Amino acid sequence: MQLKEKNECALICYVLAGYPDRRMCNKVVDALVRGGADIIEIGIPFSDPIADGPTLQKASSLAIRKGITAADALHLARNIRDNFSDLPIIAMTYSNIVIKMGLHKFMKDAKASGFDGFILPDMPIEESQQYYKNASAYGLSTVFLVSPNTSGPRIKQISSVTTGFLYLVSILGVTGARISFENYSIDALKKVKRIIGSKIPVGIGFGISKPEHVKIMSNSGADAVVVASSIINMITESTNRGSLVNEIREYTKSLKAACGK
Amino acid sequence: MISKSRLDGKFGKYGGKFIPETLVPAIEELESGYEKYCTQRSFREELESLLKNYAGRPTPLYYAKNLSRYVGGAKILLKREDLLHGGAHKINNTLGQALLAKKMNKKRIIAETGAGQHGVATAIACAVLGLNAEIYMGSIDMSRQKMNVFRMELLGGKVHPVKSGTQTLKDAINDALRDWITNVNNTYYLLGSAVGPHPYPTIVRDFQSVIGREIKQQMLEALHRLPSAIIACVGGGSNSIGSFHQFINESNVLLYGVEAGGKGIRSGEHSASLCAGSEGILHGMKSYLLQDEFGQILGTHSVSAGLDYPAVGPEHAYLKDTKRVRYVACNDDDAVDAFLLLCRYEGIIPALESSHAVSYAMKIAKKMNSSDSVVVTLSGRGDKDMDIIMDYTKPGTRKNKRDDRKT
Repeated sequence: MQLKEKNECALICYVLAGYPDRRMCNKVVDALVRGGADIIEIGIPFSDPIADGPTLQKASSLAIRKGITAADALHLARNIRDNFSDLPIIAMTYSNIVIKMGLHKFMKDAKASGFDGFILPDMPIEESQQYYKNASAYGLSTVFLVSPNTSGPRIKQISSVTTGFLYLVSILGVTGARISFENYSIDALKKVKRIIGSKIPVGIGFGISKPEHVKIMSNSGADAVVVASSIINMITESTNRGSLVNEIREYTKSLKAACGK
Repeated sequence: MISKSRLDGKFGKYGGKFIPETLVPAIEELESGYEKYCTQRSFREELESLLKNYAGRPTPLYYAKNLSRYVGGAKILLKREDLLHGGAHKINNTLGQALLAKKMNKKRIIAETGAGQHGVATAIACAVLGLNAEIYMGSIDMSRQKMNVFRMELLGGKVHPVKSGTQTLKDAINDALRDWITNVNNTYYLLGSAVGPHPYPTIVRDFQSVIGREIKQQMLEALHRLPSAIIACVGGGSNSIGSFHQFINESNVLLYGVEAGGKGIRSGEHSASLCAGSEGILHGMKSYLLQDEFGQILGTHSVSAGLDYPAVGPEHAYLKDTKRVRYVACNDDDAVDAFLLLCRYEGIIPALESSHAVSYAMKIAKKMNSSDSVVVTLSGRGDKDMDIIMDYTKPGTRKNKRDDRKT
């Protein structure tokens, strides 16, 4: 998977597999893609998501209680693949979910279901040898993360093993929609871009929820933005399932419109 | 006293640091801070002085004559960590880490707590060393352990209720980690057990190893030989690894770790990660976990809140696989029986956690000779458990399957 060479920032939108239920989740994905999402990120719920704030924690527990497993994420990916043949799909989950199924089996099934890559926020490069080996064997991307407090030499090191793109965590903190960003997030983005140049695209995520956030990140050099918690919030807070799909499509359109450079 | 060798984050295939990237600089800072200060003579002297004059070390190794006579067989000796300030072994670690945090110039200390023992020990260490303690505690645990919440507050600690997940210890660790990710620049995470990402399992083990060093010295002084066996309870595994560490290479000393068998392993309501769990990754480490077939972490049960944890320190996972330590489970009923016996025969009210170890010690002492000696680490005192014991000893409360005991 490689982000398209375009003069605009790619929009990565997150759904949690099976949330709020299996059928509705398919509709949400459809609305995101029709609204302009360039990449779909499918979360597989984990009982102890230490990198996530309250929005994704609550949604994950609910999904687990409803019996959602990795199999649902694979199924969802297959559905997306049927409808949108060349849309990149990445999985986001925690190491234990992958390790428990077995790295080899997980990668094999993920590939067969149409996944293009993985984001594992609790898998640092030091522990990633087997993960990287198994993913590469199936041509799957392993997206690694850097933070605003990651040192220059380490950014270089991580950018040399990340594939697909490099995921910059915008803030010191966990996932969750934010009202505004502090300067250090923009500084971190510029620093990462300066260090790695055009070697690999940089996607930025955590807290991005408004078109103006997308605009700032895009103008500061981001090749992609990741929007997650705000989409899950819309689903969680929705009182009218009928209008939700429309609302998500319109919301995605507004984000996409801010992606131009 | 503290291992000088370059720290190794792995115990066989277990351990490691499965952490979000934001924590990598903090973990590296902790690693180098630990190596720098803990080998310094001045640090060691300051800690030793605190342990001696403030916490009450060395603790006695007491020959429980009455209990030994009742059981028959080997002599049973109790390592009295229950006599430490705060009432448990936890203070060995909190004084060590709080002192380290102070040297590293971190004023804000965060910690997790289950039953509240580590939270209290953290609040104590922070009060005496002039640091600010903020403690994460599951809201279910807070209502079960109101006294400990009040103790922490009296000692100047701020208690944050954790309402996510199962609202118990595992979720308190999750929230402490999330706080650390958010306030990584000015915060020291004072983990309470030999769990979590490297270097915590090593740091906590080193600070708790004072238990085993004293056992060794006291055995040689009193009986001129090493014990036949050492037995300690295992939740996260800090008092046990602290008891065992000095004896890992003493192959004649049998080592037993006793997990919480709850209502019996087959009932599914227990906390026996080593006896009944499988390999996985939680809280930054690879170890044995209680999890379902999809990798979701399971809820746990034990009559003792301090053993109620669905994982275990990675060094124990390694010691299990290499068979150096034998891990067994003791169920709620047997632990309570041992608790009552120790009260009556020795005038000691042990923590319910430690009662698991006492129960198993009685089992193996019975099969040994009078020339043998069995050391049990009495990790804490049982005052905190009065309500639970009152409920448990009411007629008709016991629900265990007696045939399910693992020996």
